Amino acid sequence: MGSIKDKVAIIGMGCTQFGELWDKGLNDLAIEAAAEAYADAGVGQEDIEACYMSTLYAPMGGAGGTAASDALKLRDIPIIRNENWCASGHIALYEACLAVASGMFDVVMALGVEKLKDTGFPGLGVGRGMSPVLEARRTSPGSFALIAKRYFDKYGISDQEGKELIGRIAVKNHDNGSRSPKAHFHNKLTLEKVVNAPIIAWPLGLFDCCGNSDGAACAIVTRADLAKNFRDDPIYVKGLGVSMDSVIPHNRSGFDWIHFGALQNSSRMAYEMAGIKDPRQELDVAEVHDCFTITELAIYENFGFSSPGGAREDILSGFFERGGGLPVNIDGGLKCFGHPVGASGLRMTYEVYKQLQEKVDNPERQVPNPRLGLSHTFGGPPQVSAVAIMGNELG
Amino acid sequence: MAGIVSAAAYIPFLKMDRKIMASAWGRGAMPGYRSLAGSDEDSLTMAAEAAAACLGASEREGVDGVYFASTTAPYREKQSSSLLATILDLRRDVQAVDFGNSLRSGLSALRLALDSVKAGSADRLLVTAGEQRIAYPKSDQEQMFGDGGGAALVGADGEALTYLGGYGLSDDITDIWRRDEDRYVKTWEARFINTEGYLALMKEAIGRLLQQQGLSAADISRAAIPAPDGRSFAALLKSTGLDGDGVATDSLLGEAGYCGAAHPLLLLASVMETAKQGDKVLLAAYGDGAEALLLEVTGEVAKTSPGIDQQLASRQEFTSYARFLSFKDIVEPLPGEPFRLSPSASVTWRERDSLLRCHGSRCLECGEVSFPIQRICNQCRSVDNFEPVRLSGEAGEVFTYSQDNLAGRPDDPVIVQTVAQMASGARFYGLMTDCDPAQVELGMPVKLTLRKLHDLGGFHNYFWKCRPLR
Repeated sequence: MGSIKDKVAIIGMGCTQFGELWDKGLNDLAIEAAAEAYADAGVGQEDIEACYMSTLYAPMGGAGGTAASDALKLRDIPIIRNENWCASGHIALYEACLAVASGMFDVVMALGVEKLKDTGFPGLGVGRGMSPVLEARRTSPGSFALIAKRYFDKYGISDQEGKELIGRIAVKNHDNGSRSPKAHFHNKLTLEKVVNAPIIAWPLGLFDCCGNSDGAACAIVTRADLAKNFRDDPIYVKGLGVSMDSVIPHNRSGFDWIHFGALQNSSRMAYEMAGIKDPRQELDVAEVHDCFTITELAIYENFGFSSPGGAREDILSGFFERGGGLPVNIDGGLKCFGHPVGASGLRMTYEVYKQLQEKVDNPERQVPNPRLGLSHTFGGPPQVSAVAIMGNELG
Repeated sequence: MAGIVSAAAYIPFLKMDRKIMASAWGRGAMPGYRSLAGSDEDSLTMAAEAAAACLGASEREGVDGVYFASTTAPYREKQSSSLLATILDLRRDVQAVDFGNSLRSGLSALRLALDSVKAGSADRLLVTAGEQRIAYPKSDQEQMFGDGGGAALVGADGEALTYLGGYGLSDDITDIWRRDEDRYVKTWEARFINTEGYLALMKEAIGRLLQQQGLSAADISRAAIPAPDGRSFAALLKSTGLDGDGVATDSLLGEAGYCGAAHPLLLLASVMETAKQGDKVLLAAYGDGAEALLLEVTGEVAKTSPGIDQQLASRQEFTSYARFLSFKDIVEPLPGEPFRLSPSASVTWRERDSLLRCHGSRCLECGEVSFPIQRICNQCRSVDNFEPVRLSGEAGEVFTYSQDNLAGRPDDPVIVQTVAQMASGARFYGLMTDCDPAQVELGMPVKLTLRKLHDLGGFHNYFWKCRPLR
């Protein structure tokens, strides 16, 4: 396997306000995210040679890439839509990077846009997959909660202790989100409030779950050697990893709900490309998939941020908090932005991009002197995981 | 000799104190409980549970036919017995026949099976019945009806009870009925039903059978006689002389209710639990006539598990009358979140070996067992190199689970997603039913049971769930 390191740069990004945006449609969200990205990169619609778009639901499938061409009038160019659950936004970025690295295009767009709040329901609906019955009552909280029982059992963590442990992740992310103007939620939480909230799928209470929001984010990508023609501080792609597992790995013997091949493989690919040996030490900031607090905990260990079983100690010591050894989800994460599925990967990448440029919209959450950052989404569990590592210098 | 090899009953996990229905209407309560089919159960799934228990570990290849009796079959036009044959993983050339419309259809099916085997046209026939009749809210029947299933395996050899003979009569009487468009069971005046219907015709059929066999009521050791209520039951026993101590009892009536067409088979299973060598056993049933059968215990009676007392004791108390009305489709609650599933009759048909027969695949290269069937082995990736493994009877234990409080139906919202480790090595992923979510834990023993998942596409979508042992 080769490497993408220093071949591609992000020269502009945009991100909408996230939230329950009743007065904005899919097109409005795409237009807003693209407008900010165009302005940031100093390009226009006429410069975009191809668009890689991610969206799951809107407008309920069967529309191909026309959501982008209709909204942005990106006509007469290739528009490739991908749907890979929660990792779709990262996979749009992945495709965009490969497209310019191949030399086929100079300037392309990755666009993630999702309008969840037009369905009339607060959740994502019940049931998954292609079979009429195999996953009939599968839901996201119910699926991710399957991890908790195994993890707590393996490491001898009591129910109450486990509940508080993951609750601290919610407290951390909400504290960060309170400093994040574009987030959906800005409220701080106490651990007591998190632990005592109504249970959605034990141990996941209301505040262990991310919300459903609308939003869009957009990246303009070019070859690294062209990047300085557009701006002085392009952000270079150091490593990419995407790893797909099956939709029901539940039926595989040996699948233990603690170790996730998709997480481990996607992060390993990206680390190897980026030349990262110890992510815990070398990364300065990370945005990972905190759809549920237990997910973020599992990622700490599968990504090598924590040793196996070591997440507890790192959570209790504040290692992943703002000002800690490796701040994770410093913008509030999915917990505070909500999870407009196809948009999230690019929204998380937007935060890392701004952090590495030291241009975060609220200086309170700016990481000092960052060099390398990681963004990540995880659909499932545990079908697909996608990782992007970025840096602000070549080499 | 033709006879009954084994029999089994299925009584749902949900039990409802009759006071709950009574107090909802401010009327008098009958004593005891009624059984209630869960939101994922119907007459077919209950019959399937009983049938699986009845067959136990016995060889399924030898079953020549499956009969299904019910007045509440899941389909008006589409056979239930052929679906049962698939669910039970029976041979392709089984004779599948549905019996319906009459409360005695369960016994009629049994009698025909016994006569077929006796005549030599089949060696083994599986007779099943399931019932979940709907009574008018506030009626006596609302309290008295129960939901349940029963099954009996009829065979030419290995029988525990030998078939001595049967008698039947038919007599048109509009005493209990449902027209095609009726939801609720309708009845004429109770005194008319009793005097000219139930009591008169049952007495006649039982009397004729005893006469035909040259026996008197005193020769009958055990009688399995369904009755719509306790008073009719007592009156019939008295008038037929079958009121001797321990001859005819019906604990089901008080603790589960009257299970219609399934009741004769439920009572047969109940009698067989305690019948002794040499006992003469009389079965009877009523509905537009009456039928009676006589059998004698001549062999070892195999115990089916779980027993009836165990099934009556194992329960979740169902305390909400509003939810009862919703389970019975009498009221429609607030709709829940939409399903994100694509129902497809052709998918269900194409995948029937996995979805209905509950077959997994065992890799002939490395031995990995997967469910549903995987054409390419999950471990060693060898292609189309597997043998089918039937998982439906296997023991399993909970590997991991979660309890989603919002994912179910609005009237049954809690969903326990479960990954179960099966004895064959397969992992089953699905929902857990008939459980107290608070009691679920890692390593808990479970077994698989067929349930109805939803009605998307306008047809019943059945699949397997796991449930704790009862």
